[in-house]
Order: sequence, then structure tokens, then C-alpha cells
Amino acid sequence: MVTTPFVEMNGISKSFSGNRVLKEVDFSIDKGEVHALVGENGAGKSTLIKILTGIHKRDDGMIRINGQEVHFSHPKQAEQKGIMVIHQELNIIPHLTVTENMFLGKNMTYGKTGILNTKAMKIQCEENLRKLGVSNIDPGDIAGDLSVGKQQMVEIARAISTNAELIVMDEPTAALTDREIDNLFDVVESLRKQGVAVIYISHRMEEIFRICDRITVLRDGEYVGTENIQDVDFDAIVKMMVGRELGNRFPQRDHRPGDVIFEARNLTRKGLFEDISFSVKKGEILGVAGLMGAGRSEIMETIFGYTEKQNGSIYLDGQELSIKHPSDAIKAGIGFITEDRKSKGLLTDFSIGDNISLTNLKSISSNGVISANREHQLVAELMDRLTVKATGAEQETKALSGGNQQKVVIAKWLGIKPKLLILDEPTRGVDVGAKKEIYTIMNELTKSGVAVIMVSSELPEILGVSDRIMVIHEGKIAKIIDREEADQEKIMTAAAGGE
Amino acid sequence: MKWKESLFKDFSKLGPLIGLIIMVIFLGFMSDSFFTLDNIFNLLRQISVNALIAFGMTFVILTAGIDLSVGSLLALGSALTAGLLAGGMDPVLAVLLGLIIGLGLGAVNGLIITKGKVAPFIATLATMTIYRGATLVYTDGRPITGLSDSFAFEMIGRGYVFGVPFPVILMLAVFVILYFVLKKTVFGRQVYAVGGNEEASILSGIKADRVKIGVYSLTGMLSVLAGIILTSRLNSAQPTAGEMFELDAIAAVVIGGTSLMGGRGRITGTLIGALIIGVIDNGLNLMNVSSFYQQIVKGGVILLAVLLDRKSN
Repeated sequence: MVTTPFVEMNGISKSFSGNRVLKEVDFSIDKGEVHALVGENGAGKSTLIKILTGIHKRDDGMIRINGQEVHFSHPKQAEQKGIMVIHQELNIIPHLTVTENMFLGKNMTYGKTGILNTKAMKIQCEENLRKLGVSNIDPGDIAGDLSVGKQQMVEIARAISTNAELIVMDEPTAALTDREIDNLFDVVESLRKQGVAVIYISHRMEEIFRICDRITVLRDGEYVGTENIQDVDFDAIVKMMVGRELGNRFPQRDHRPGDVIFEARNLTRKGLFEDISFSVKKGEILGVAGLMGAGRSEIMETIFGYTEKQNGSIYLDGQELSIKHPSDAIKAGIGFITEDRKSKGLLTDFSIGDNISLTNLKSISSNGVISANREHQLVAELMDRLTVKATGAEQETKALSGGNQQKVVIAKWLGIKPKLLILDEPTRGVDVGAKKEIYTIMNELTKSGVAVIMVSSELPEILGVSDRIMVIHEGKIAKIIDREEADQEKIMTAAAGGE
Repeated sequence: MKWKESLFKDFSKLGPLIGLIIMVIFLGFMSDSFFTLDNIFNLLRQISVNALIAFGMTFVILTAGIDLSVGSLLALGSALTAGLLAGGMDPVLAVLLGLIIGLGLGAVNGLIITKGKVAPFIATLATMTIYRGATLVYTDGRPITGLSDSFAFEMIGRGYVFGVPFPVILMLAVFVILYFVLKKTVFGRQVYAVGGNEEASILSGIKADRVKIGVYSLTGMLSVLAGIILTSRLNSAQPTAGEMFELDAIAAVVIGGTSLMGGRGRITGTLIGALIIGVIDNGLNLMNVSSFYQQIVKGGVILLAVLLDRKSN
């Protein structure tokens, strides 16, 4: 039986100012299908989606919806055909209620009076959520008070209420806890049953294998292929994405950690975490696992002096440190790569050079005056060491891919020659190739004796990179285990509060 | 493609300068007296007061702040300095003390904003009123006269060096120093960074509070310096001095292309902005345009500058 796909894109090409970003890309999706769209940053995923949703016009090629050719010149037209996008940055107005958000711009009124029919909207809102199998959101809740996962549900429900037939989800799990991810997948399952097609964009392979039917891979703007998910494995997809064998996903760790260099004793911040005591050895990578909201990032921010501790002490090289501000931590030799790269890690409007200099102003200046020579030298050296791909040190960091942005952030911290480097979700939003580069950098750092703490929500990463693993559950250390004894199940159980 | 983009970028940076040149040429044609040396120096002396305040305001706005209190602070600082002079203090010492008072009043702004966590607009709106009130209390609402007939004090507002008015030299000297500070020093870098993204700056080890207190202190000091020029020129301190000066200072910064969102801008732009405002005032006066219309023109130029800046970004 041959059925017409819901959306069929053929030979799509697109250039921006002479730069070809898509070359004859094919893509099709059936009703009720969950279709993964993957590729490294810059592979052309978002351009393809923008063409599908009418934000960009294609230069060449054909788009058919239900067998009929369409030419969108405005996102509204795509919406009318039932194509909706759930962006990574949610489109929720935080101080409005769930109902108000759901009916934003299409309020129900009594006739044409302009008076809102709040009752009808509330009932409809409940109905929309129920259809998705979501029961723990009240229509009267203020949207901003909800967790990111719940806000996402509201957006999906809103899309469904406008009769969406195809929903594009762009990295939907990036900010979700594991439990929320399960909920999201239940919702995706229910969408599938309702015959809604889902384009699933993600860097996380585990998820793709869990929920997708087919996968399409793009590389450098070219169509590499489409496969049924059961016909491929992780390595095959990575090979399609990067065009070569990546080898081991995680670099070999073949050296032994030295003596303890960092120690935290009884760190406490009421309501966030309590009695946190642990140590890290020279050249060791300590993985920190736990559910989102368990307090992992808060612990790291406190060690770094961004938030003040209420109790406890911190030792580096056997010396107790009094850290009241990040500058104290930096002086002591602690670097901190934050979870939120764009709002806390980088000045995105500033150049690569300015960003790298920022943590190193002391070493490139004398008496408060910056030496242009020393600055250029430092920036060039670090960009080179981390193989940052850019047009030059003057390029603004917002123009870089996620992986390159992260390299700039790491570069600015390597400049201080840290003794302890804390990395919070270092590979979030980073493509497979750059991920491995980041692991390799961590590996090399530890070889030179740097102690590393890596907070991560990706269990394979925790297991693949760490020497020891600390699991946090509701602000307390649930378990510290050696990698040899650890597996996904043990970590998950501890993270969920089980024995 | 590349060169086209960079040319456009440079062009947009040069926008205010080109605007200034066009205005100057236009006024040269319209009025015979515009290009006389007397008028040029007169014009430069007139803008020196606004420019000094606007230089400080540039730093404040680069940190994504604003300082509405500059005019009142100028009045209070000059009144206190005048009080010291009238009391017979050595003029050099009195002026130095006045500058330190300005620094302190500015630091108060900075402390309220950082330690009190009050939005800059609100904090300086409050101190604008308080400083003005304090000036009126101190002067009892009357000008302070009979200051000093010392050469040094006269020099500040009325003197000439090789035919160039001293306030102009003062302004240019301050400009050169601040240009260097913004471009070449750690503090300058920190000012941009705090305005670009305060959280990320703090997490990079920058003491954002100190940087902010620094820029408000600097602005306070420069405002009082501007006030002392006025005081010396009039040989009296007026309790109403500096009213609405904050608007001209902010206008100069904005015309010069510094973003009110912080993190982006240049002090060269501010100098050009101050010149543009000065040229409008001066030129329209020469052309006998009523001061009522002058305000409309000035507002129009500010709007135009901001709209053009928006386009180029």
C-alpha cells in the first residue's frame, strides 16, 4: 500500500548571500510518525525547518503537503496548514495563567462584544490538556510558576488546540528532568496515536532510539540519508553525521589520579543543599549526577562564590579558602563553566577575544593597563589550543555554533591555569564531534594534574568520562561510587532517592 | 560581501560625525559669523560643560545604568565649593575638595544602586530631588557670591591658554584620559563587560558592584568639575544651576551611538554628540531662530540619531 506522506520535501536548496546552506535535501514524514532530524550544528536542520514553516523561502525544490504543492511566504500560512514549532526557548508569557497563554491571540469572546468568555476558555483549556493525558496542570496556574516541562506541555496543548498536524520539537528535552522527559514521551506517544506527525530534533541519541520511527541525517547542508530506526545503531548514525568513524565515543582514560587537592566539608545552604562533603584528587574527573533541581548547580555556584554558603568549608591544596565572590575562587585557581552558556558563560555580543580576556585581565595587564601584545598572544594561543573554528578573534561569539561557543568558554578558563575546573553540563547543545573534543580536552587537563568536576544529566557521559561519580538527591549526597562499580541503574536509583 | 559589510559598519559608526560635518558646512553657508575663531571657541566653551558630564554619563550608560542626578549634583557640589571659597579657603584646595565631594555624592548613587539594589533610574531620580533640595537648603535659595579673585580660580572658567579657552583644554584633557581608560585599561574592559552581561561578568570574576560604584563616582566628580567651570565663569554659584543638564548629557551619549542597553558605545561618539548639540544651539542662535523652535530641532535630531542607529544594527 502506498500512502501519500503528510509532508514531502524534495530537492530543497537554499543559499544565503552566495553561501549554500542546503543542497537538494529530501525529507518526508507521514501522519502519526515521529521522525528524528539530526546533524551537527550548522548541518542545515534549522534552515530546513525554517523553509518548511515559511520563515525562509526555498531557492529550489518542491514541498507537498498531503500531495499538494505549497509555497509558503509567511509562517502564518504554514500554521494554517497545521505546522507548528515548539522552540527550545518556550513561547510562554510567564505572568499569565495557563488558560491565558493557551488562548493568546485567539481569545474566546461572547459574540463580537470583545468581552472574554473566561469560563469557556477554562473548560477548553482543561480539555486540551486532558487530550494529551496531562492531569497535573491547573488552567488557573500562573505559567511562570510551572516547571519548564509543564510549560512545554502547555505549548504542545496550545499547538494541538489549533489543529496542528505536524509539530516540530527543537531540542525539547534540553531543560527537562528525567521524569519530565518520560511525561513528554507519553505525550509524543499520544500525539502519534492521534495521527499527528512529529519532527524531533535532538542531539541525544538515547531519546531518538526510544521514540522515533525514522531518522534523517544532514551533513554540511547535504542530505545523507533516511533510515528506519531499527535498522541503525548509534555508531552508524554518528558516522552518517560526521562522515567518518569517530572511534570510541569517550576517549580512553589511562592515567591514575594523584592526591586529594580539593575538599568540601559540610557545605550547606538552607532549602537548597545540606551537609555536602566530598573531595577531588589531582587529575581526577568527578562526575556529579542527579535529577534536575537536585541542587547540583547550586552546590557548584556556592563553591565558586557566586552564591554564599551558610555553613561549611572549602579546601584547596590543604589550605582553607575564604570565597566570597567568584574573583576569590579564580584567584585560588578554580574555574567554573556554567550550565547556561548564553546567559551566564558568554557575553554573546562580544568578540571571542574579549570573552577570553575577561577572566585573564590580571595576567594581560600591568598597573591596570592592558597590554595589547600579551592579550593577542593569550587569545591566539588559547584559540589554537582548543581549535576554535572562527573567522578570527574579532568574531562575535553569538555567531558561533554551540560547540565552538563552548570551546571559547573553556578557553577563557584555561587561561587562568586552573587547579580545579568545574564544568556544569559541558556538552549541552553541542554536537557529537565537538562533544568528543571537549572530552579530550578534559582528559588532557587531568593528565597535567588538573582536578575536574563535571555535572551532567546525561548518564552515558557521566559513566563514560568520570573516575568517580557523586549522586545528589534532593540536596544531599546520595552516593559516591567508583566508575568500575557504577552503572546506569545504580545511579538512577540513587538519584531518585532509592537504596 | 565582506568588505561591503565592514564598510557599512564603519559608515554607521561614522554616522554622527558625518551629520556633524554636514551641519557645520550648512551653518557656514547660512551665517558669516559661524566660522570665525571667536565663535568656534565660544561654541567649544559652551559645550565643555555638557561634554564633561556626558563623558561620565557614557561610562554609566555603558554599564546599562543612567544618572538623572547629575544636574542637581552639579549644583550641590558647586554650592559647597563656593561656600568653601567664600569662607576664604585656598582656591586650589577648595576645588580639589569640591571634586572629592562630587566623587562622594556619585558614590552614594552607586551604593544605593548596588548595595540597595535600587534601579538606577529610580535611585538617581530620588537623589536628583534630594541633592537639589540640599542645595536650596545650603544656599537658602540665593546665589553664593564674592568667591575669590585668585588667578587660579578665574582661570578655570574664564582663562585662556595660547588663545584657547581653558575649559576647552580641560574638556579635551579629560576626554583623552577617559578614552585611554575605556580602550586600554582593565577598568574600561570591565565597564563594557558589566553592561554587556552582568551575570556572566560576575561569574568571570569581575566585581560588578565596584565597577558600578566607580562609574557613578566618576560621573559625580565630572559633574562637579563642570559646575566649578560654571561657577568660575559667573563668579557665583547658583542654586538652580544644572537644571535639565541630565537631558543634554544623555542626549549627547545617545546621539553618539552608545546603547542604553549597555555594553556598546564609544566616548568619541559622545564628544561628537555634545558637539552636535552645541552646534544646533549655536547655529540656530546665529540664525536668529527662536529658542522655542530650537528645542523642537534638538528633539528631532536625537530621534533621528536613535532611529539611524537602530537601522544600522
